[in-house]
Amino acid sequence: MIKNYGQRYTFPIMVWLTVFFVIPFSIILVGSFLEKGLYGGFEPAFSIEAYKALMSDTMRKVTLNTIFISVATTVLTVLLALPTAYHIARSPYKEKLLFLVIIPFWTNFLIRIFAWIAVLGNNGLVNNFFVNIGIFNSPVQLLYNKWAIILIMIYTSLPFAILPLYAVIEKFDFSLLEAARDLGATKSQSMFKILIPLILPGISTAVLFTFIPAFGNFAIPDIVGGTDVRMLGNIINERLKTARNWPSAAAISMILTTISVVMVLLFNRIISSKERKIGGNI
Amino acid sequence: MIGGTVKVHNVSKNFGTTQVLKDIKLEINAGEFFSLLGPSGCGKTTLLRIIAGFEIPTSGDILLDNESVINKAPNERHVNTIFQNYALFPHLTVFENVAFSLRLKKIDKNIIKSRVAEYVNLVRLQEHINKYPAQLSGGQRQRVSIARALINEPRVLLLDEPLSALDAKLRQDLLMELDRIHDIIGITFIYVTHDQEEAMSVSDRIAVMQEGNLLQVGTPFEIYESPADMFVADFIGASNNIEGKVIEVTENRAYIETPDIGRITVDLDKKLKASDHIKVTLRPEKIHISKKAPSLDSPKWNCISGKVDQMVYTGSHTRFIIKTEHGRVFKTFKQHAQYFTDEEPIQWEDNVYMWWHADDSFIVEVNGNR
Ligand SMILES: Nc1ncnc2c1ncn2[C@@H]1O[C@H](COP(=O)(O)OP(=O)(O)OP(=O)(O)O)[C@@H](O)[C@H]1O
Ligand SMILES: [Mg+2]
Repeated sequence: MIKNYGQRYTFPIMVWLTVFFVIPFSIILVGSFLEKGLYGGFEPAFSIEAYKALMSDTMRKVTLNTIFISVATTVLTVLLALPTAYHIARSPYKEKLLFLVIIPFWTNFLIRIFAWIAVLGNNGLVNNFFVNIGIFNSPVQLLYNKWAIILIMIYTSLPFAILPLYAVIEKFDFSLLEAARDLGATKSQSMFKILIPLILPGISTAVLFTFIPAFGNFAIPDIVGGTDVRMLGNIINERLKTARNWPSAAAISMILTTISVVMVLLFNRIISSKERKIGGNI
Repeated sequence: MIGGTVKVHNVSKNFGTTQVLKDIKLEINAGEFFSLLGPSGCGKTTLLRIIAGFEIPTSGDILLDNESVINKAPNERHVNTIFQNYALFPHLTVFENVAFSLRLKKIDKNIIKSRVAEYVNLVRLQEHINKYPAQLSGGQRQRVSIARALINEPRVLLLDEPLSALDAKLRQDLLMELDRIHDIIGITFIYVTHDQEEAMSVSDRIAVMQEGNLLQVGTPFEIYESPADMFVADFIGASNNIEGKVIEVTENRAYIETPDIGRITVDLDKKLKASDHIKVTLRPEKIHISKKAPSLDSPKWNCISGKVDQMVYTGSHTRFIIKTEHGRVFKTFKQHAQYFTDEEPIQWEDNVYMWWHADDSFIVEVNGNR
């Protein structure tokens, strides 16, 4: 007798998804349509106040900022990670190089961000160096702008992009590149026509692993973004802790989730239209 | 289309401290089907990759059509390679794989279509043109890679053990197919293999390599009948090796004293003098075998006796291993051209006579020199 074993086997993952995804998501969704409590929390009355309040110039600016920063971070990170992963995968010292990529994880995330302040701050390494050799007359403000956020986001997400790319490139059959060269392709043609299409799954993982954490990030803009540059994550944090407006925080979270889901779907569309039916490996 | 010439000019190649090619000199003629033959690890692939441009020799030069290509990238050499593992692009259909080099040249779409069709027909893959490599059999994949290389109209086609991943029957078919394509296209083929039968059956000339050295270059006939040294004799086909000391040289032959089969006579393939130490090869098919003692009409025949140690019936012929009384082992076989009813068949443990003509053995080495 054919039983539906599939359902039984997927039961644990259903529980997992319910506990860690469906329930929290529902709470936030419902919460965003309630009234705010006086000292935080929710009042059990239906309201769309939280969403109405989103229609402000500030919110639009912060949303666009968030999209810009996370898209720029993703593009630059993947562009840097690709050649890095390629060279690690082709190096005779792959294990050692991979180890170097992982080492930063041993240090606390916040400490690594503060370390960047020591590098880029007015009294930091970079400024001191350029002032000392006389290129700058006085320290230049390197922190507290978009690009500082992007730089540090790239730094924190590089390992997450390098590792999935390394995984696909390491399995890649490099004789295909020789075959392409043999058939008249230049080095870059062989990369774009053969390597890139065949490692698209890895590229898409790298993009998602970079984009999603960047899009919801609040620690980095909080520390190096100053008062000028804020992202959606900062606003949520502020609504929750300072304004004690939980419904508003929930509504912004919904926006954040929606935009990132749309971005991910859009991206997957592009990738799968490129990634034609391969029908397995040979 | 006419093929290009290839000159390998004193090429050496080191990987780290090991020298895998030692001063290779080779000239390959236009339109030739040329094979590089040698055991695993002797440097065949390395030499091919140097010709293709994937490896740079430590010293020496490569000339294509008398022009040095040593500083040219693989995509700038009019040479294409058939890889052992096919190296088909898995994300492209048969059509797109074959069209790959034409697309790079930005050729008109309709021309691409007709050219691809032409070459796909040449390798007889019309029905599979829209399939992906994973949907093809091994033999079909190799055909795709052949079409993909040939459409580029190379001057020279390099084939690195293109058939080694296929089963024996398919290998035979595809080998004949390659021979047919070579006849149609007429370009130079350089074919790497460690299968001597494969090389013998299709090549115009063969180069035998061993541990980075080029031992002999010649036609299949020359290599088989007059091997340059014992390694070549053993590597190409089966061989019975006889060693001995020259005791007398006459006008047209020499008498040799051997430690295990007594005195034999050989033809003067090389200059000999008394007390030279020589090595002789004797091919199994040159030995006659019978239970009855032969009546030999000339002193140029050698005859010894022995006991059947092993016999293998293969249908068309029977292979024998014969042991002489001194324990010396000879390989030979008997063709079943006719069904002899009057002659008693040879059985295990039978005592037999073996005889061969002095002209049919070949002196390979004299005092250790070729
Ligand atoms: N990239 C490399 N680095 C170091 N040694 C190498 C390299 N490529 C080949 N070799 C060595 O060079 C020698 C010749 O290798 P090559 O691949 O040319 O042999 P081959 O004759 O093609 O053997 P096979 O019949 O097994 O394919 C081998 O000993 C091999 O280990
Ligand atoms: Mg090889």
